[in-house]
Amino acid sequence: MTGTAHAAPARRREKPQAEDRGILSVADWRRRRVRVTTRITHLILLISLIVVGLGPILWLAKSAITPTQDTLRQPLALWPNGIDWGNIAEAWTRVEIDRYFLNTVIIALGVWFVQILVATTAGYALSVLRPRYGKVIVGLVLATMFVPTIVLLVPLYLTIVQPPLLGQSLINTFWAVWLPAGANAFNVLLVMRFFDSLPREVFEAARMDGAGPYRLFWSIVVPMSRPIIGVVSVFAVIAAWKDFLWPLLVLKDPAMQPLSVRLPQLQQFIELDVFLAALAISTVIPIALFLVFQRLFLNGAGLGGAVKG
Amino acid sequence: MTQLTPTTAPPPVPETIDTIEAATPARRHRRGVRGWVRGDGPHILVFLLPLLFSFVLFSWKPIVDAAIMAFQQTNLIAPAEWVGWDNFATVLNDPLLGKAVANTLWFAVLALLLGYPIPLVVAVLMSEVRRARGLYSALAYLPVIVPPVVGALLWKFFYDASPNGVFNTIAGWFGAGPFPWLQDQATAMPSIVLFATWSAAGGTIIIYLAALVGVAPELYDAAEVDGAGVWRKVWHVTLPQLRGVLLITFILQIIGTAQVFLEPFLLTAGGPANSTTTVLMLIYKYAFQNSLGGDYGAATALSLMLAIVLAIFSAIYFRLTKSWSTS
Repeated sequence: MTGTAHAAPARRREKPQAEDRGILSVADWRRRRVRVTTRITHLILLISLIVVGLGPILWLAKSAITPTQDTLRQPLALWPNGIDWGNIAEAWTRVEIDRYFLNTVIIALGVWFVQILVATTAGYALSVLRPRYGKVIVGLVLATMFVPTIVLLVPLYLTIVQPPLLGQSLINTFWAVWLPAGANAFNVLLVMRFFDSLPREVFEAARMDGAGPYRLFWSIVVPMSRPIIGVVSVFAVIAAWKDFLWPLLVLKDPAMQPLSVRLPQLQQFIELDVFLAALAISTVIPIALFLVFQRLFLNGAGLGGAVKG
Repeated sequence: MTQLTPTTAPPPVPETIDTIEAATPARRHRRGVRGWVRGDGPHILVFLLPLLFSFVLFSWKPIVDAAIMAFQQTNLIAPAEWVGWDNFATVLNDPLLGKAVANTLWFAVLALLLGYPIPLVVAVLMSEVRRARGLYSALAYLPVIVPPVVGALLWKFFYDASPNGVFNTIAGWFGAGPFPWLQDQATAMPSIVLFATWSAAGGTIIIYLAALVGVAPELYDAAEVDGAGVWRKVWHVTLPQLRGVLLITFILQIIGTAQVFLEPFLLTAGGPANSTTTVLMLIYKYAFQNSLGGDYGAATALSLMLAIVLAIFSAIYFRLTKSWSTS
């Protein structure tokens, strides 16, 4: 305890002190009472976070391979009487989670592609090429952020049922989920903001060298905007994976439905242990993405969590 | 919105230095780019095409449609008929509306009581963690990553009202319960809010953490010179410095909770005895759960009313809080 407590202020002194202090000052940290109280508080906080944040997920992981009877009789037993790996296989094949999993992947990839396409081309046109009417479009895009999503629900549904010009309903096609995903004002503004920060000299130089607008986009702007494309991509995939209400409305054919829509219905006619295995399978990809791109989630837009609905 | 985006955007620091020094060349430069642009107007349109296609069809047109459809009767086969304020009258005369509004308000109040202070306290405590802070934030953020449908179905199982249910077993360790959780009109809504808070708090914690890092250390130094202890520093420096973010998360939470759907839909389907039917569930019911064909007019009328109420509320809120805001 004491050793680490001394090490911390020493490390701090190397940097300019002002950078690395919070509510507690170096002097506060030296006081024994403050130090002990803070350490205990942090320990309690860590334990609570493990129980509340990780607990349910670990429980799900355990129950996915526990026989139904064990889970029902002793839901909180730390170790099951028997481990039943068969649950996972059964969920994957007999309950056809593989198909819904594949549907979810197809939906997520399509949504990802559409969102990246719209956001990068629009960001390029509006913040690099800058037409004179650009401000009007930016204003109109911005305005949609102030309209609650529920207002769009019914008219958007009717647009999908009777799309203009097409003369054929898009219900029960993946297009019904893919296409509307492109109209995401937040992505467009995020990419625009990033493009605004790119050095204009580079564009100028490329133009001098005779690069046209397409070449400039593909060979200069896209490679330079990898970080922002990464951010938009991860959030697009996660959001598509989570989405429930919209695919529920437009994908009525069970063979087309993603996991989120299918799981609540499956619950009624499969055994508990297999159902919990299915839930666990549905959580694997988002958790894996989170672990790989942790920094993106934790440093960046926690926004997805704040704006519900 | 602008309050929250800086965390994702590239750091603005170098920009300000550049713009101050190079203000004039930059302007000349921009005019140059614009002159060049005039040559390829059609190409710009090509790049704008995906945006125009998706926003016209799936954002701007539906918004206009919503305003029109609220005054029409549509059944998708015959041409739409103008019915004046009939749809609004239908909605306002629905005996369920009062219940749904009351439930939504109750949800919002409970979500504020639970979901507003908890992330703030956790974030303030977390900001003082010196080692492995990443571990703390990762743990706090995990529930946000769990797909809401999986979370809801999992919690529905946890909420099993029998003494052997997961939460009732835990309550039993402390000599409490068993509680009816989702089965009882009195406890159903608080149970839903508890789940909603679990699944959303992580995002808010991360936002607060980012804001806490931005508090100027000099302010704490100054408070210490004035003899402030830890609590007074939190009260007089930390919280006032966070007020810009706190104001925004408050209104975002209100707007979010007003549109709550998934949680009650999956956990209770609005029951027991409509005690958890929310406004958005009513909209869903009008449009998509009607055996006689959807009443799209009534559904849009109700969603329009909700949007207008939210807009008025936000406007009043921002007017009232204008003087407190930091930026």
